[in-house]
Amino acid sequence: MTTLETIAPVAATGSFAYAWLLIALPLASAVILQAGGRLTDRWGHLLAVLTPVASFGLGLVYFLGLMGRPEAERAVDASVYTWIAAGGWHFEVGLLLDPLSILFVLLITGVGSLIHVYSLGYMAHDPNRRRFFAYLNLFVAAMLILVLADDYLVLFVGWEGVGLASYLLISFWQERPRAAAAGKKAFIVHRIGDLGLLMGIFTMLAMFGSSSFAAVDEGAAGLAPGWACFLGFMLLLGACGKSAQVPLQTWLLDAMEGPTPVSALIHAATMVTAGVYLVVRSGAVYDQAPAAQLAVAIVGTVTLLAGAWIGCAKDDIKKVLAGSTMSQIGYMMLAAGIGPAGYAFAIFHLLTHGFFKADMFLGAGSVMHGTGDDVNMRHYGALAKVMPITFVTFAAGYLAIIGVPFFSGAYSKDHIIEAAFEHNAVLGSLALLGAGVTAFYMTRLMCLTFFGQKRWREGIRPHESPAAMWVPLVVLAVGAVIGGMALNAWISRWLVPIGAEAPEHATWLPDFSNPLSWAVLAVVAVGVVIGWLLFGRRPAPDEAPAAVSPLVLAGRNDLFFDAAYDAALVRPGLALATGVAYFDDHGVDRAVESLGGAALATGRRLRRLQNGHVRSYGLAMLIGVVAVGVVLALLQLV
Amino acid sequence: MTPAPIALAPLVSGADITFWICAVLAVAGAVGVIASSRPVYSALSLAVTMLSLAALYASLEAGFLFAVQIIVYTGAILMLFLFVIMLVGVSSRDHLIETLRGHRAAAFTAAAALLALLVLATGQAVTSPPAGLEAATADGYVESLAQLIFQRYVIAFEATAGLLITAAVAAMVLAHPRRLRPKPGQAERLGDRLAAYASQGRHLGPLPSSGVTARHNSIATPALLPDGTVAPESVSATLAARVAIAPAAELTAPLAATSAALDGTGPGVTAALAAPPPALPASSASPDLASPASPASPASPASPAAAPAPEEGPTHA
Amino acid sequence: MPDLYLVLASTLFVIGLTGFLIRRNALIVFMSTELMLNAANLVFVSMSHVHGVLDGQVAAFFVMVVAAAEVVIGLSLIVTIFRARRSTSVDNEILLKG
Repeated sequence: MTTLETIAPVAATGSFAYAWLLIALPLASAVILQAGGRLTDRWGHLLAVLTPVASFGLGLVYFLGLMGRPEAERAVDASVYTWIAAGGWHFEVGLLLDPLSILFVLLITGVGSLIHVYSLGYMAHDPNRRRFFAYLNLFVAAMLILVLADDYLVLFVGWEGVGLASYLLISFWQERPRAAAAGKKAFIVHRIGDLGLLMGIFTMLAMFGSSSFAAVDEGAAGLAPGWACFLGFMLLLGACGKSAQVPLQTWLLDAMEGPTPVSALIHAATMVTAGVYLVVRSGAVYDQAPAAQLAVAIVGTVTLLAGAWIGCAKDDIKKVLAGSTMSQIGYMMLAAGIGPAGYAFAIFHLLTHGFFKADMFLGAGSVMHGTGDDVNMRHYGALAKVMPITFVTFAAGYLAIIGVPFFSGAYSKDHIIEAAFEHNAVLGSLALLGAGVTAFYMTRLMCLTFFGQKRWREGIRPHESPAAMWVPLVVLAVGAVIGGMALNAWISRWLVPIGAEAPEHATWLPDFSNPLSWAVLAVVAVGVVIGWLLFGRRPAPDEAPAAVSPLVLAGRNDLFFDAAYDAALVRPGLALATGVAYFDDHGVDRAVESLGGAALATGRRLRRLQNGHVRSYGLAMLIGVVAVGVVLALLQLV
Repeated sequence: MTPAPIALAPLVSGADITFWICAVLAVAGAVGVIASSRPVYSALSLAVTMLSLAALYASLEAGFLFAVQIIVYTGAILMLFLFVIMLVGVSSRDHLIETLRGHRAAAFTAAAALLALLVLATGQAVTSPPAGLEAATADGYVESLAQLIFQRYVIAFEATAGLLITAAVAAMVLAHPRRLRPKPGQAERLGDRLAAYASQGRHLGPLPSSGVTARHNSIATPALLPDGTVAPESVSATLAARVAIAPAAELTAPLAATSAALDGTGPGVTAALAAPPPALPASSASPDLASPASPASPASPASPAAAPAPEEGPTHA
Repeated sequence: MPDLYLVLASTLFVIGLTGFLIRRNALIVFMSTELMLNAANLVFVSMSHVHGVLDGQVAAFFVMVVAAAEVVIGLSLIVTIFRARRSTSVDNEILLKG
């Protein structure tokens, strides 16, 4: 059993002592926007855009600062304050800046800033724009807490914070019942995952006496296998909830009820990857728990296929992308489940996915913006000419996700499939199959949306979006194109300090010497061709066909997970609640009411005593005196 | 219980006789207080009880309290009761029927229980013979009492003085009727009378005075109107209520006899008596003299038969 | 013998109490109260005699003074109420009922 080699963090000095500003800036902006009320209506959104940009700048400074350090000192722990000091146990809130967290900081603030800018255009006419930006800032702050924490407890604060922000933003249009229900669903499903994480933290506190990353890394090696396995499964449960992995994936599709920038930022690029971050962070634990590690890989594989399956069947463009997100995160989980060999690839794919998926979500938002908030792909068609910028940027994301060589997705996904094959041939084959399905459903999406004949609804005149929307698109598309080339050679070595294994050879060029790369390319080509044959060559029907195969039907219904959960959990829960309510109404209430009725009846009887006659009161006094006298006399006798 | 010295004492002492007489009187008076239907009888029964108690005080060597009981209690307080009874109506009679269901029975039961308890508790409480007050009044009874009142209990005494003053002031405040409208002056009263005359024909002048016949000067004697009938307004309503006035027939009988003697005929008398009234309003210019008869005039001038109804008239008044 | 005074006082007290309970005329109710006070006074005086101290007599004296003050106030209250209600009954419910 190998132990994971991680470096010990050094104390923060110089500018690193101000790392808390990364979080404080967006948080302050969120507070100002919420507390300032209508005073901030006019300029609040601009402030809200500035703070993530400032955080990004600061993150860049720290990133360069870490780059400038020798490898052994690339982890900096910046203590913020003492949260709890109870007797012998005290708890420091600290921020950990290391190669892993700084990458997340850059992803969150970078993509976050772009999406904030995009939202300026997307939400320009929303009456609750200020509230929206306040929530977005809150999310950025909470996500930064999550990734910068040096302790699982602090991480949990951020974990819950992003859950809250996600809930608030999914049901941002709370006047729509579906959005409100989706927010509720996401919140409740998150709770299940949170329970796992909490149990994990409790286990750490019980086992190691501390929940800091350093203490866990140190203590994991000496952990009993049973406890390590339990801890691993609990953390996996937490990760499943946050990252929409089977079996806790059901909330993500519904979460598309939120505004599209939210879908891009929270439900594609950042928050949903928190589970992957958690698993990678807890590498030391998984190293001691092969069963849990295998479970992570299996969950990832199942999810990547399930997401792809759902993506094939949906007509709602955002839901296709949501299925795709599930699928891609499944790849990341698979990589994380492979062990140290896969950590770097998981993070690599996470970063490239952050670019191209945000790019495509924003592109979908741009399409919806141009078509009157219609999300049904069957109502699009031939948008390539009227929305050229959106088309080109979306196409960049498309090529990246299906894994065309030289585009970013190709590097990261190839690495994962390769590693999976090395680890386990079955998982590798399924991951390869997933790549083909991905190519198929993304081709379907492209064909239905941008090619073919016009199937626009009456009165809809599709048009290109404003600059505030397409400038971020362009930036993200560039990232989606070159991200792979830029990071491929570098990221594995960069992540060595957190326990990743550096591959022997990696350059900016795709690795064409490996036959597996050709196999992946072939599978992807088959997927694309099938997609083009089915949806590109022949006209697509205006309405979704009713007579479909059971496979499509299952995909359309989210693989019947909702129905199953409904039957297995929701209905019994409702029945239980109804029963309890019935008991409350007829048992408790009746008891209480009859008690009250008895008091009333007694009072009604007793009221006759209070008849207002002096003489009656006098008689009552006399009877009292006699009673006391009798008692005293009896006492005398005894 | 009965030590030898008691056995040697005379069987019945003076104090014993006093006690038994006074006790019976006191209890009888007390029962009278609560059983009489008229408050006046109750008050007088209370006087009996109090006087009995005063006698008992005297036999218990409490001469001062004997005096105070008679002077203050019986003399002052009870008289105050009587005054109030007179004020609110001496003739009022209480209904002794109980209105609260079950109240009386419960009251009697509870009272009997209390009495039983009290007798049980106190009936044998004192085991020693009375010490008597010779030792306590060695300096003289009045002196000893004065020492207690004006030295040991002087503060309580002063407090009761304050209490009495306050009570007196409070009684005056309470008894003083608040005037609801300004006191009518002479002008207002005259206006009222003229209005009464205009609307009801009420006599404008003073009421007829009573007892102005030649044979009587009592206020219980009603005046006779010029037609020989009785003037009801001439006697007090209170007297009339008690039927204490002289009967009208007695007053008019001599007049009738005189008339008969003058004329020698019965009908002549009635004619002579009946004749003047119709003439009066015509002959006399002033309405003052005519109007007193006017309330009675519709009936009385026509038939003197209305005259022997003095007993009815006052009851209506 | 002194016990008989106590029994007499108890009897008078209970009679007064009964009167208080069963009579409706405020004046008679008031007289019943006086009866009870007198019963108490009798106890004071007889016990003063039994114990050979004068304090009981002084207490009885104070009771009389206070009773006098009480009668003055009570009677003027009765008169005032009579003036307003033309009745001296204590059974008027509104007297004690809000």
